[in-house]
Amino acid sequence: MANSSDGARWRRSFSDMVSLGGAAIAPLRRGLAVLLSALSDRAQAAFARHFDGGYDPSALDGPAQRGDGGIAVRNLSVGYGEHLALEGVTGDFAPASMTAIVGPNGAGKSTLLKVLAGIVRPMAGEVTCAALARHRLAYLPQQAELDRGFPITLGELVALGDWRNFGSVREPPPRLAASVHEAVATVGLEALINRQISELSVGQFQRALFARLLLQDADVILLDEPFAAVDESTTDELLSLLQRWREKGQTIVAVLHDLDRVRLHFPSTLLLARSPIAWGDTSLSLSADNLARAHITPGLPERGRFGRAA
Amino acid sequence: MRIALVASFALALANGPIGTLLLMRRESLSGNVLSHAVMPGAALGFLYAGYSLAALSFGGLLTGLFVAGLAALKTRARPRHQDVSLIAFYLVSLSFGILIVAARGSQADLMHVLFGTVLAIDVNALLLIASITSITLLVIAALYRPLAVESFDPAFLRAVGGGGGVFRAIFITLVVLNLVASFQAFGTLLAIGPMLLPAAAARCWTQKVWPMITLATAIGMAAALAGLLISYYANLPSGPAIVIGAGLIYGISLLAAGRTRFEPRIFEEQR
Repeated sequence: MANSSDGARWRRSFSDMVSLGGAAIAPLRRGLAVLLSALSDRAQAAFARHFDGGYDPSALDGPAQRGDGGIAVRNLSVGYGEHLALEGVTGDFAPASMTAIVGPNGAGKSTLLKVLAGIVRPMAGEVTCAALARHRLAYLPQQAELDRGFPITLGELVALGDWRNFGSVREPPPRLAASVHEAVATVGLEALINRQISELSVGQFQRALFARLLLQDADVILLDEPFAAVDESTTDELLSLLQRWREKGQTIVAVLHDLDRVRLHFPSTLLLARSPIAWGDTSLSLSADNLARAHITPGLPERGRFGRAA
Repeated sequence: MRIALVASFALALANGPIGTLLLMRRESLSGNVLSHAVMPGAALGFLYAGYSLAALSFGGLLTGLFVAGLAALKTRARPRHQDVSLIAFYLVSLSFGILIVAARGSQADLMHVLFGTVLAIDVNALLLIASITSITLLVIAALYRPLAVESFDPAFLRAVGGGGGVFRAIFITLVVLNLVASFQAFGTLLAIGPMLLPAAAARCWTQKVWPMITLATAIGMAAALAGLLISYYANLPSGPAIVIGAGLIYGISLLAAGRTRFEPRIFEEQR
């Protein structure tokens, strides 16, 4: 059997091999850049369109650069096969507003977010969103939709938020490391920055995703059940982050279940049951009358609060 | 023998990163299906031109890409039923290919198409394998970032404007290309083995991508060397010997490191 010094030597030569592979990548990238610059303008434009989408370093951070964060929904219907998930949804998310989407299971809340994010195509009606077209819209799916086993570290995950400054093929700018650190510190995870995401708890992972949102600095932020299975203190901290973003002028739309939290933190609410029951000021939308019409019974414990959609 | 060794090493070089990416995307099942989708095309090539490298490879490439495109369409229409439709593709294309080869060729031809012959690889086949390996490595090196992000969080890549469908198509094309390259050596039934097994063994030892790729390549080469030696001295078929070598390393890795990170997607969807 190999003794420990043998093992150490093996490990060293293996890591040499790995770094050799890494060292080969840098000249390859540079070669690719040279090759690209030698191409004709048209070929370069085609490359940028197909393989280098989202590279837009001119988009500087800060409220001065903030675009129109409003979303207009007109007569929207969405169906999966024969089943209609959304029917005749019309309304507006104002710029810099903070709206909760509430409704029973199967009400089409997640579907609406996916339509706003441009992932699901509507059957009828239309959605106008300048931020989506400018790639300044951020969408956080339910955590179950993300692959937590993927081999990526927390730092790398957060760094992706700065995509517009490096795109598919470029070296990231030198200031990226500092801004990643700052974002990770803001959500209180400095100690874990080099951990694999599979080692994070649900709450920590959600904090990491919020740190990525910080770097993304989008005009519109869509969140699908961001606090499901997340501990109380994390939820409170992330909620205060949301408040800060709204004050900076970012539009926030979140699917939520906890009605008390919605009343406390979200000025507007869309009560949805395939079509809007109420849309506007939270205290008005969440009246007992409206909740009954949406088949929501207030007062049941957290998990079972909503009945099934009729 | 020397050509066979160089060919297997070249294959291992491309199969390391491709296999790792397949596992990371949890698409080992679709990789398996694609390897069988190469079969009918290769069989048609055989029917048309006998045992010619160009006809076999081109035919395999065509049906491989065709099935990949078909599967993509089907998945878009009904994502839930992906596993069943993939298995349907796999069974039908395999049977179809066997029927075609059996209708024209001999038992030996059939064995050849199903299990390949590393030792029969000539200089032309080696050139084909080497070109495919080079292309694969260059494309992965250039487009690694979007490939990885697209498999981890496609909605994010889309939202920041990075697109997505292009990279999926590129990756699947690379998989099919490498299956065609492996087809000569390992046949349609085993082509996926040297792609997946070393990567599966490597991910038992590390969670970081670059070490995983390096280790997968090294394991692939070790398995190729061991398998070739065994098949040479014990006069056994070489393709299965190499795959068994890789399988053994995977088994040992599982027992020794005992981590199972990437279960295939099919099990998750049935929760």
